[in-house]
Amino acid sequence: MSELTLRDRTAIVGVGATPYWRRGESRPRTTMELAAQALFAACDDAGLPIEAVDGFALYSMGFDVSLFAQWLNLDVRFSAMLTGGGGGSAGSVGLAAAAVVSGQATCVASIMSLQQAASRFGAAFAPGARRPGTYRAPPSPEGSFLQPAGLMSPAQMFALLTRRHMHRYGTRREHFAEVAVSTRANAVRRTTALMREPLTHEAYFSARMIADPLCLYDCCLETDGAVAVLTTRVDRARDCRWPPVVIAASAHGGAGRWGQGITWLGMPDDSFASSGHRPVAEAAWRMAGLGPDDVDVALLYDHFSPLVIMQLEDYGFCPVGEGGPFVADGNIRWPDGRLPVNTHGGNLSEAYIIGMTHVMEAVEQLRGTAVNQVEGAEVALVTGGPAGIPVSNLVLHR
Amino acid sequence: MTDDAGRDPGLRAGPDGADGRGDPEVRVGLVPDELVDVMTDRWTAPYWEALAEGRFVVPRCEACGTLRFPPTPFCPSCRSDRLGWLEVAPRGRIYTFTVIRHAVIPEVAAALPIVVALVEPDEAPGCRIVGNVADADPEQVHVGAEVEMAARRVRDGVAVPCFRLR
Repeated sequence: MSELTLRDRTAIVGVGATPYWRRGESRPRTTMELAAQALFAACDDAGLPIEAVDGFALYSMGFDVSLFAQWLNLDVRFSAMLTGGGGGSAGSVGLAAAAVVSGQATCVASIMSLQQAASRFGAAFAPGARRPGTYRAPPSPEGSFLQPAGLMSPAQMFALLTRRHMHRYGTRREHFAEVAVSTRANAVRRTTALMREPLTHEAYFSARMIADPLCLYDCCLETDGAVAVLTTRVDRARDCRWPPVVIAASAHGGAGRWGQGITWLGMPDDSFASSGHRPVAEAAWRMAGLGPDDVDVALLYDHFSPLVIMQLEDYGFCPVGEGGPFVADGNIRWPDGRLPVNTHGGNLSEAYIIGMTHVMEAVEQLRGTAVNQVEGAEVALVTGGPAGIPVSNLVLHR
Repeated sequence: MTDDAGRDPGLRAGPDGADGRGDPEVRVGLVPDELVDVMTDRWTAPYWEALAEGRFVVPRCEACGTLRFPPTPFCPSCRSDRLGWLEVAPRGRIYTFTVIRHAVIPEVAAALPIVVALVEPDEAPGCRIVGNVADADPEQVHVGAEVEMAARRVRDGVAVPCFRLR
């Protein structure tokens, strides 16, 4: 047991969520109140008392653990956060696993609680931060190379990567449409989803452009809500309510020449039109001793539909440049595709809780309790957002 | 002159900046002057100072010759901090672009559509300069298109990159 690895040492034993709301509609609830409700739900799900939670592994700026622990009267043995933004969603569970494997804590909660009434990611890089009551980016020496040209939102920046992918590989809007339409089809059957009207091809192509080539339906929802995930040692997990969902691997990080990614835009040509995930994909497959052919269901962070295609390439489900034809062939459709993707409706159609709904869906798939169950699912891949590093992932198995 | 963070307030101007406002007229395709807020530090200031004079310069490692952009303290290739500046001819090609058609903030609505392009100067491949393509029919813009690069004066001492299809 001296091998230094996370492989098969820990398991997810509880998942919980609040309802999901459209951006701003969770008011007057508070962000930490939602976090607590998600944590209570995850503890119920695991069959553990809340006192069992002795660690927090957060990401994307997290929240104030000191106040949270004070509220709930929880003694804390581990409290850490992945740097960066939405790239760390899956990796926050890997951070929890690392805390457990190293003996620093026994049961670690990864939580995302999001309210966008005042802080809207869609305008994350807009100028005017000094005006009160807005969520915009203050001027910076780095931002000054982008912001004066009007780059103010992630959609616009990912549109630049997408255009390059189209140019380099011949990817077409029809391919993005297949991601949006298939994801919506999965959401239609879920009562938790905010978008339950079927999306037709015609509706996709008549939607307004946001940042060409990205139209409205290529962009994720802006929503409120919270999700919590509990990780503990795999032997201890066997005493919990559900069969353990074992963490086979988790990697986070990325290449220096990817760096800030969309807020740099200087990435080398061979990775510019990518998700930035290739190094962490390789690390995760190596740690898990598994590969893309072993995966039964993939929960890929879908802030923008073309990035699903780029992740399919970067994780090796198809060769780089062939993600468009791969989705066009029906491969990501539930239930009949070779690799059902985002069976919960994803960020695009269920809710955007910065990727944590993807972790929850992977757990439900491997328990066999998913609404859109992939029959006999044994291995799931979960990814964090294509973003500045660290980007991250999780490989889970029954 | 720099502030505590090493930032040069001299080039900093914006909605409440000291330099006053630029031309109030909104031009389709260009981000309104009053939204342009350039902050510099000691590594980036020479780029903006040259641009304010109408010249494009890119940082080049004095130790190994590697170009990098935007300017940063250390060469990503050899980690030297010996930085020189290469002036490049104002011609390049569009590496990628987007056409902004949705106003993320209301202040840009009257200027839409705005074409944002990443342009690699012919003499500095791999360096990507971000700016608006002025006076362009968005349908005519494509990856690989040749452009003239220009400095668009926003207000005294502040200019931003801008492109025209050739």
